[in-house]
Amino acid sequence: MERLLSEDIQKQLKEVLSAMIKPVKMVLFTKPYCETCKETKMLLNEVSELSDKIYVEEKDIDKDSDEADLYDVNLTPSFVLLNSDNVYQGVKFNGIPAGHEINSFLSALLFMSGVDLGLDQATIEKIMKIDKPINIKVFITLSCPHCPGAVSTAHKMAILNKNIKAEMVESQTFMDMARKYKVSGVPKIVINEKHELVGNHPIESFLAEIAKI
Amino acid sequence: MFNFSLDKTVKSDVFDSVLKWDVLIIGAGPGGMNAALYAKRKGLVVGILTKETGGQLHNTTAVDNYLGFSLIRGDDLADNFMEHMNSLEIPIKVGVFVESIEKQGNDFFIKTNDLKTLQAKTIVLSTGGAPRKLDIPGEKEFSNRGVTYCATCDGPFFKDKHVVIAGGGNSAAEAVLDMVPFASKISVVHRSKWRADQILLDKLKDISNLNILLETQILEVKGNDFMEEIVVLDKKTNVKSIIKAEGLLVEIGTIPNSQLVKDLVELNERQEVIVDNSQQTSLEGLFAVGDVTNQPYKQIIISAAEGAKAALAINHYINHKYRGE
Repeated sequence: MERLLSEDIQKQLKEVLSAMIKPVKMVLFTKPYCETCKETKMLLNEVSELSDKIYVEEKDIDKDSDEADLYDVNLTPSFVLLNSDNVYQGVKFNGIPAGHEINSFLSALLFMSGVDLGLDQATIEKIMKIDKPINIKVFITLSCPHCPGAVSTAHKMAILNKNIKAEMVESQTFMDMARKYKVSGVPKIVINEKHELVGNHPIESFLAEIAKI
Repeated sequence: MFNFSLDKTVKSDVFDSVLKWDVLIIGAGPGGMNAALYAKRKGLVVGILTKETGGQLHNTTAVDNYLGFSLIRGDDLADNFMEHMNSLEIPIKVGVFVESIEKQGNDFFIKTNDLKTLQAKTIVLSTGGAPRKLDIPGEKEFSNRGVTYCATCDGPFFKDKHVVIAGGGNSAAEAVLDMVPFASKISVVHRSKWRADQILLDKLKDISNLNILLETQILEVKGNDFMEEIVVLDKKTNVKSIIKAEGLLVEIGTIPNSQLVKDLVELNERQEVIVDNSQQTSLEGLFAVGDVTNQPYKQIIISAAEGAKAALAINHYINHKYRGE
C-alpha cells in the first residue's frame, strides 16, 4: 500500500522523534464515510512506526461516544494526545496535520513526551496562574506557513495548565465551522468563542487576550 | 504533502551558552540565511533569531527566477535553504520575537520576548517586509473578513467565489495563479499598467475566468458581516463603479519591517533602512539585507546575495575595525 511519508521524510521524522522522553498515546476518532479519516489514520500509524514511544488507538466517534465526550471530541477526524500516565492535557487536532502543520504535530508529540517547552520561568508562571476554563481554537490551512507557530503556542499553554484546552482546526475539512467562526484568513485564534487574534502572535498576546476574559 | 521545517540539528540552548556572538542575524529569509552561511564558513560565531524560517518564500507558490532552479515551489526552496543551514549546524532559534536592540560601547545587546539578553559584536537585520496595505476605507474593517494578504494561506476560503486581486507586479500575477484552483472568478484591479514580468503575464492568457482592469483604483471595501463589494474608479473615464466580490487579495508590495531599528539607524522616506554597498547601516556594526533595505528590487536572489555581502563585510569589520576585545 502506498505510504504518505516518503523514505526521506521518515528518516528526518525519526531523527526528530528520537528526542521524545516518555511515551505518548494518540487517540483518533473517526467514523465511516468521513472525508480525511483514512489519511489521518495513515499518518498517525506511519508516525507511530517511527518511534517506540508513540501509540495509536482508533475510536469510532459514535460507538465510543463516552470517550469522545471525555475528550470533548465532536468532529471527525479528530485526535487527542495523552501523556505517559494516559492523561489528556488538552492537546487536540481536528483534521489532518499535513502540509506545514506536520511541524506543530511533531512539536506536540515532543512536548507531550516531556521535552522542554522552551519558555522562560516568568511566562510559565503566568500561564500556570490562569484559573478559569480556557478553550483556544486555532484555525489553520495546510498551506499556511505561519500557522504551526500559533498552534504550538496554544498547545504549550494547554500542557502547562489543566484549565486550558487547545485545538487545531483544519479549515478546509471543517469549512462550515470556519464559516461559523467567520474565518477567511489564517491563523485565526479564537479564545473562549469570542476573543480573536489573527496571525502568528507571541505567547504574550495570547496571555493579554486571556487576561480580558 | 508535508512541509517539514523543524530545526533538527542544533539545540536552541546553545543560545544560553554563548557569551558573545560574532554576529547575530535577525530573521531567517533568504538574506538572513545566506548571511549565516557565509559567516559560518568564515569561522564566525553566528546564530539566527527568527519568528519563522523561510521568510516570504512561503508566501510564494512557485519560484522560477532563482538561478539553478527553472521552477521550484517557494516552500521547497525554503526547505533547501534550511537543509543547508542544518548541514553546517548553524544555531537557529525559531519562534522568538526580538523586542529591542541597543548598542553599548562596541557591542550590541538584543532583548527577546523570552526575556533573554544576547550580546553580539555585529548584527544583520534581515527582517524583510510585511504586506503593504491599500489604506482605503473598509480595508481594516473587513480584514480577514474577505480582505486578505496571503494567497497561499487563505486560498481555500475563496472556493467558488469571486476574488479581486489588487496589484500589478509579479506578486499580483502569481496570486492570480494561486487563486485559479479555488476561485470561480478572478479580477485584477490595478491603478496603473502591469509591472509583472512578461513570462508571468503570458501564463495568465489562458485563464478563462480572469478579468483585468488596469488604470483602475480601488476606493473602498463595503459589506456587512463579510465584504461584499469594492468601489472602483476607472481613471481613464473618471467613472466610479461597484464590483461584487467575496474576496480582496492585496498584493501591492511590502512595507519594510524596520520598526526595531527606527531610532538606531537612518531610514528613507519609505521607512527602509539605508545601507551602503557593504550592507552597512548608519550605525557601525549593524548591517541590513533584503527587503528591509532601500535596495529597490525586492527579489529572492538579491536578498540572498546581500546576505553574502553582509557576512563578508562583517568578517572584515571584526578582523580590522572592531575594538571590543
